[in-house]
Amino acid sequence: MNRLMVWLPLGVFAILVGFFFKGLTLDPTEQPSALIGQPVPAFELTDLNTGQLLSRDMLPKEPFLLNVWASWCITCQVEHPYLTKLSEQMPVVGLNYKDTETAAKNWLQKLGDPYALQIFDPTGRLGLDLGVAGAPETFLVDANGVIQLRIQGEVNDRVFAQKIQPMLETIQ
Amino acid sequence: MIPEIGHFALVLAFGVSICLAVFPLYGYLTNQNGFCATAKPLALLQGFALAVSFGVLMYGFLAHDFSVKYVADNSNLDLPWYFRMSAVWGAHEGSLLLWALILAFWGVAVALFSRGIPDHMSALVLSVMGMISVGFLAFMLFTSNPFVRILPFAPGNGADLNPLLQDPGLIFHPPMLYMGYVGLSVAFAFAMASLISGKLDSTWARWSRPWTTVAWAFLTLGIALGSWWAYYELGWGGWWFWDPVENASLIPWLVATALMHSLAVTEKRGLFRSWTLLLAIAAFSLSLLGTFLVRSGVLTSVHAFANDPERGVFILGFLIVVIGGSLTLYAIRASKVSEPGEFGWISRESFLLFNNLMLTVMAVSVLLGTLYPLLVDAVGGGKVSVGPPFFNAVFVPLTAILVSGMAFGPLAKWRQSDDPKLYRPLIVTLIVSVLVGLVWPSVLDGNYSIGTALGVTLALWLAIATGVDFVKKVGLYGGLGATFARVERGMIGMWLAHFGLAVMIFGVVMVENHTEHRDLRMGVGDTQQLGNYDVRMTDLAVINGPNYVADQATFEIYQGETLYKTVTPQKRRYNASGMVMTEAAIDSGFTRDLYIAMGEPLGEGDWAVRLSVKPFVDWIWAGAFLMGLGGFVSITDKRYRKRIKEEKAEAAVEGATA
Amino acid sequence: MMRKLLGACVLGLSLSVQAAIETYQFDSPEQEARFRQLGYELRCPKCQNQAIGDSDAEISGDLRAEVYRMLKEGATDAEIKDFMVARYGRYVLYNPPLDQQTLVLWFGPAGLLVLGGILVVLRIRQSKKALEEGESQA
Repeated sequence: MNRLMVWLPLGVFAILVGFFFKGLTLDPTEQPSALIGQPVPAFELTDLNTGQLLSRDMLPKEPFLLNVWASWCITCQVEHPYLTKLSEQMPVVGLNYKDTETAAKNWLQKLGDPYALQIFDPTGRLGLDLGVAGAPETFLVDANGVIQLRIQGEVNDRVFAQKIQPMLETIQ
Repeated sequence: MIPEIGHFALVLAFGVSICLAVFPLYGYLTNQNGFCATAKPLALLQGFALAVSFGVLMYGFLAHDFSVKYVADNSNLDLPWYFRMSAVWGAHEGSLLLWALILAFWGVAVALFSRGIPDHMSALVLSVMGMISVGFLAFMLFTSNPFVRILPFAPGNGADLNPLLQDPGLIFHPPMLYMGYVGLSVAFAFAMASLISGKLDSTWARWSRPWTTVAWAFLTLGIALGSWWAYYELGWGGWWFWDPVENASLIPWLVATALMHSLAVTEKRGLFRSWTLLLAIAAFSLSLLGTFLVRSGVLTSVHAFANDPERGVFILGFLIVVIGGSLTLYAIRASKVSEPGEFGWISRESFLLFNNLMLTVMAVSVLLGTLYPLLVDAVGGGKVSVGPPFFNAVFVPLTAILVSGMAFGPLAKWRQSDDPKLYRPLIVTLIVSVLVGLVWPSVLDGNYSIGTALGVTLALWLAIATGVDFVKKVGLYGGLGATFARVERGMIGMWLAHFGLAVMIFGVVMVENHTEHRDLRMGVGDTQQLGNYDVRMTDLAVINGPNYVADQATFEIYQGETLYKTVTPQKRRYNASGMVMTEAAIDSGFTRDLYIAMGEPLGEGDWAVRLSVKPFVDWIWAGAFLMGLGGFVSITDKRYRKRIKEEKAEAAVEGATA
Repeated sequence: MMRKLLGACVLGLSLSVQAAIETYQFDSPEQEARFRQLGYELRCPKCQNQAIGDSDAEISGDLRAEVYRMLKEGATDAEIKDFMVARYGRYVLYNPPLDQQTLVLWFGPAGLLVLGGILVVLRIRQSKKALEEGESQA
């Protein structure tokens, strides 16, 4: 082994350690949405409450949150009060994902309905087109209907301050 | 009260390990034999303390002591006693205690079986092992203590052991695996002792070889057990998933295999000393790296023990000290050894170099694929996934190249081996392998598979070549009995291991290319075809197990008109956790497994059922078993037994004269 | 701790590591083989490192159903993969496509083999020379 090559293993190890330190700060399960920067996919679904046929041009023309939820989702219950509070600042559109009409309506009746619109997606078709992997998930959509951010999991004070707020400021 | 004894024993072991790390090294550096002599007693004391600690934790499980948080998290009043015992290592903290125990055990073994080694060397070896112990025990005491109590209100019942782990697999797989992982620390310690003392001749290789071989054998069996367990437990018949945790055991195994072969050259010819040293450091370093990957949360895996970045920082710090330290010492000291040796292009030395090259490239490739998502994410490249398609695409060709060369090595002589006569038997070997390999797939049902043809050719090439070498030696020694009595055990071990690999490759090729499975809707009274059999569902019942409720279907398997076997696969729901698990029914045979698993209920008493025929799948683990057996046979070699006999004779003399 | 627990309920289903057994009817054995192959190559977006063919999580079932639907409609493998990537990102491909970011991954092993091979050759050459010198001196 010549003089310089013996230092190579240590060098490789040092580089790996650098990566590992960085890796400890990352979350391998977190995935950015593939739809960032793209418009909300087209859809033809009814509103849960009114039965009206909805399409994407009926979505709010200002920045809004698109919240994917279901009555079988426990975390959705937990984030609901916070969403209700948020709905006073900005519109929150609901996407009722892979749920049944009665269960969903009962849920809303019990917990309250802060949603400006309620897209009823029992087959999960729109969810699939949005790249939804489970509930709850929340998308931040700008005034032009373009998706700017996706949160997987509960939306709360911390998440809002760290992720949603900064993005809101950029798009306004 | 009793858990506190276990805790105390753990702290005691920690203190002892610090002494073990420091005193013998100090004694060596200042030339004081007294301090060196503390190594063996301290190693024994450490082993005793950890045995006590481990025993106490196990007692906590057996006695249902839910005041110990670890017991409460991993056990349950209804958990059968044998699973309660294995639950000790079923989660993060307990498995660390097992690691520490096994490390201490290897230290005891080195203390007891190293009388052929100069005292100052064994002192250094034990000192290095002590340093590693310090790291693990500190990690446990400061971040992952198994003896944390829930007081004053201990829960009345525990959360239950993860149902996936309620299986004999948990009883055997982790201990075997750890025996291997941790056993590589002995080779590492020998390498370090050699570097510290500056004694870089090849004697360290001679001492280190049996220890490395044993650790390798355990690691082989441990990995094979894990694979087999996944196969029958997880419900769809897969046996290897290239999951990061699996890779974390395969990578050190590949390097340990290279190390074993390189040690042979270093011992016999005094060559490749520096490279062998590096391999010894690398093998154990990769074991430690595996510990980091599995417990820190930097990679996603179904097997991950813990996802705790804070603990991850501690382990990483430990890695920096151990691996960084050893590689630095290597860089400083190892450049002084260099000797080209004298051997030709075609010689046993060059074949072993080829072996090392292939194994190293395989190990680095698997490591690269495993770490790649992390690497890309860390440089801001987003999330990329690397899975079985990549690993198979890379690993299979590399294995094929390696196996092609394996036929030549044993036939080659040291130094200069370019006489074509030596390799003549391989011509016939090649012809037979290719012919049978080409014909074999056409004997099977279904479309002709080129993959099968190539794979079978390769397996036969290795098997027959190994047989050729065996037959040659039998001819040389004059008969089977004479051969087994007089040939080096290492040679028998090699025949077993190489042949075992051929068996395993054959199993892999057949299962991967010719598994038939059908997912069907079946209700009571339905019959379906499975290979040469007819399977009729005859019953569907609800069964109450010790800690679960199961839907059990009864299937009768007919061969023609005769009833061959009745099997009862289940779909279990465990009471405490609510987890649902598939218990597949497997009928194992020499040439195939029949695999029946229940999917989901489809309503009206019908179920989705998977019926599979898996040809030669058991050959995979049979082959691995032969490999491990080969390793164990190797260390029964005369020269190691002679030493033990000599030591016993010495001890008897000392006893008589004392 | 609570948050972790709640996070685990995100799917509303316990994580089950089970066989994904459904009774899909295929038009041909080739189509079934393609279905299985895609189930092996597509990653479940919400699991701990499992392919959609291996996982029983609900999203896996949904994606398998989608793959089946697209296969029946005559989509090619590439179209199905593109469909998935458009929605879930390239994370969902277990077989990373060869692009600028995966160059090291795909060429690394071969490159290492070549590099190592060169080193081995040089090493043997050194020894061969020593061997010849030794023999000429004898």
